[in-house]
Amino acid sequence: MAIYLSERSRVVVQGMTGAEGTRHTRRMLASGTTIVGGVTPGKGGQLVDIDGTKLPVFDAVAAAVDETGADVSVVFVPPRFAKAAVLEAVDAAVPLVVVITEGIPVHDTVEFFQHAQDAGTTRIIGPNCPGLISPGQSNAGIIPADITEPGRLGLVSKSGTLTYQMMYELRDVGFSTCVGIGGDPVVGTTHIDCLRAFEDDPETDGIVMIGEIGGDAEERAAEFIAASVTKPVVGYVAGFTAPEGKTMGHAGAIVSGSSGTAAAKQEALEAVGVRVGKTPSETAALMHDLMRG
Amino acid sequence: MDLMEYQAIELFGRHGVPVAPGEVAQTPDEARAAAERIGKPVVVKAQVKTGGRGKAGGVKLAKTPQEAAEHAEAILGMDIKGHTVHRVLVTEASDIAAEYYASFLLDRANRSYLAMASVEGGVEIEEVARTKPEALAKVPVDALPGLDETKARAIAAAAGFPADIHDQVAQVLSALWEAFTTEDATLTEVNPLVRTADGRVLALDGKVSLDDNADFRHPDHAAYADTSAADPLEQRARDKDLNYVKLDGTVGVIGNGAGLVMSTLDVVAYAGAELGGVRPANFLDIGGGASAEVMADGLEIVLSDPAVRSVFVNVFGGITACDAVANGIVAALQLLEGRGDSIDKPLVVRLDGNNAVEGRRILAEAECAAVEMVDTMDGAARRAAELASQGA
Repeated sequence: MAIYLSERSRVVVQGMTGAEGTRHTRRMLASGTTIVGGVTPGKGGQLVDIDGTKLPVFDAVAAAVDETGADVSVVFVPPRFAKAAVLEAVDAAVPLVVVITEGIPVHDTVEFFQHAQDAGTTRIIGPNCPGLISPGQSNAGIIPADITEPGRLGLVSKSGTLTYQMMYELRDVGFSTCVGIGGDPVVGTTHIDCLRAFEDDPETDGIVMIGEIGGDAEERAAEFIAASVTKPVVGYVAGFTAPEGKTMGHAGAIVSGSSGTAAAKQEALEAVGVRVGKTPSETAALMHDLMRG
Repeated sequence: MDLMEYQAIELFGRHGVPVAPGEVAQTPDEARAAAERIGKPVVVKAQVKTGGRGKAGGVKLAKTPQEAAEHAEAILGMDIKGHTVHRVLVTEASDIAAEYYASFLLDRANRSYLAMASVEGGVEIEEVARTKPEALAKVPVDALPGLDETKARAIAAAAGFPADIHDQVAQVLSALWEAFTTEDATLTEVNPLVRTADGRVLALDGKVSLDDNADFRHPDHAAYADTSAADPLEQRARDKDLNYVKLDGTVGVIGNGAGLVMSTLDVVAYAGAELGGVRPANFLDIGGGASAEVMADGLEIVLSDPAVRSVFVNVFGGITACDAVANGIVAALQLLEGRGDSIDKPLVVRLDGNNAVEGRRILAEAECAAVEMVDTMDGAARRAAELASQGA
């Protein structure tokens, strides 16, 4: 069954005719995703051939939804146009909008997130994220599909390459869904959203949660785990060596004063019984132990 | 990017927040001239991005231009918590009757904005939040519709501002909100916001953080960058569009993806703890693509850091498969040798993920003397830390 994304998902790609959009549409198709079309304002009516799959291009998301029944949009639109693209997808009531774009001004994200909240019909994942994959079913974003297998673990992470690392280390167990929620200070879907969805998913038996410095999302996730998660969770937190006041690659990854430290996050998770690995490999080993029971 | 006080005050002024007249000065003579133009007693304030300047002697009252010059002489070049003072702000001295606090900030947890205001200003607001939380009003502000006059008055009332200055405080809040939104700030803070003896409300000191992601619509923000304070290696990395942060250890780190590189630093530090405290020398994320040219630029910066004794290249092949990364590393090393750089520090390379076997074969066949391959991230971190501790 997986969460958010399944073999029944019908995906439209906003920005499909751009270089990144085309490249990743090809990869998504290769990993079995049902792509039903693309959206590029001004290029509506064209038919794009990607490795033998002919995909219609629409001027607007609403038209794409009407014509194709799309229920997922993956956004590869550059930062300065991303807000308009996401607002359009929300207005077209697309249930899931995955924003891959890195470098969107946070005021734009706050605005389109609030718009989605007000509309109540769209879940946003990202921005600045690799997207999500339900291995063997569908892949919405840029996560490499062939490094893991379908299985019964759920994964939620702020970081792309750490997601890949963990998917790879646990490929023998396999995953129901892996969600890269993104490294920006404001993201549409949080650790807590994913924990709740994995808890409710009968095809997920255990959860890997990857966090990093900045904000207090991991601390709040720990409270949620204590209150509402019965499935086993293992955690990993990156950034113990990060100096105060420096942004570490991700716009949201910054220790401010004494808040947002990796140590505080690890402590919060361990306090509610989550086993936290010191390294990605140790974290994978903890999950292997749990799955062997 | 965090602004200096003088930049924050200038930005506030442009958006209609009332501020005291002031000028920035880089020499005692400039400070004297500024004080002469202001024509009243002035305060000479060290411009550093850290708190506690008053205690450190970085804020002085000057009754005459000559005194302003003397204070500037003493303050310029001073070290305040590791920050060298390169500039002072010379600003008209105010007769302060009361000190308040007001700010707007990004609220990450609620994915919205927050207004904070208090009549307990002039001290660290974290201190107020800790010791007198009831004295700090926190009012959520949504992006849509934003701050209107009713909301501004509600904030002033919630914080307990005296009724006779509600109008003025609401105006300050409106202007501060305009600065927050139109400049793409993640923080606009006034502390203290003062009431003067003659009944005016003024922003006397402020902090502003700007969202770097919004630079494309604010070309003027480039002028705020403080190049004098940047580490020279960080500056060179920035010129090459590399995501680099200088740290204090001896193991250079290069990896792909911010999370993986942060993790790599931690794993190096864990391994290094058993070797007398070997630590990472830098953060460098070359991104998902890991092209040969970017790898060469990255290696060049890391190898040119005199503190670096070994380098750990940690790549997980995802979208870019490891064979391409391996070719990139080989090409990068050739490129560096072609530029005349000798590679005299050992490189530990860990390739994992897509096409890892092929990638390792390519690196092995290239027979680069400096390169050593280790299959796991933990093992490679240990080896890099060992090499650094040997001073190899």
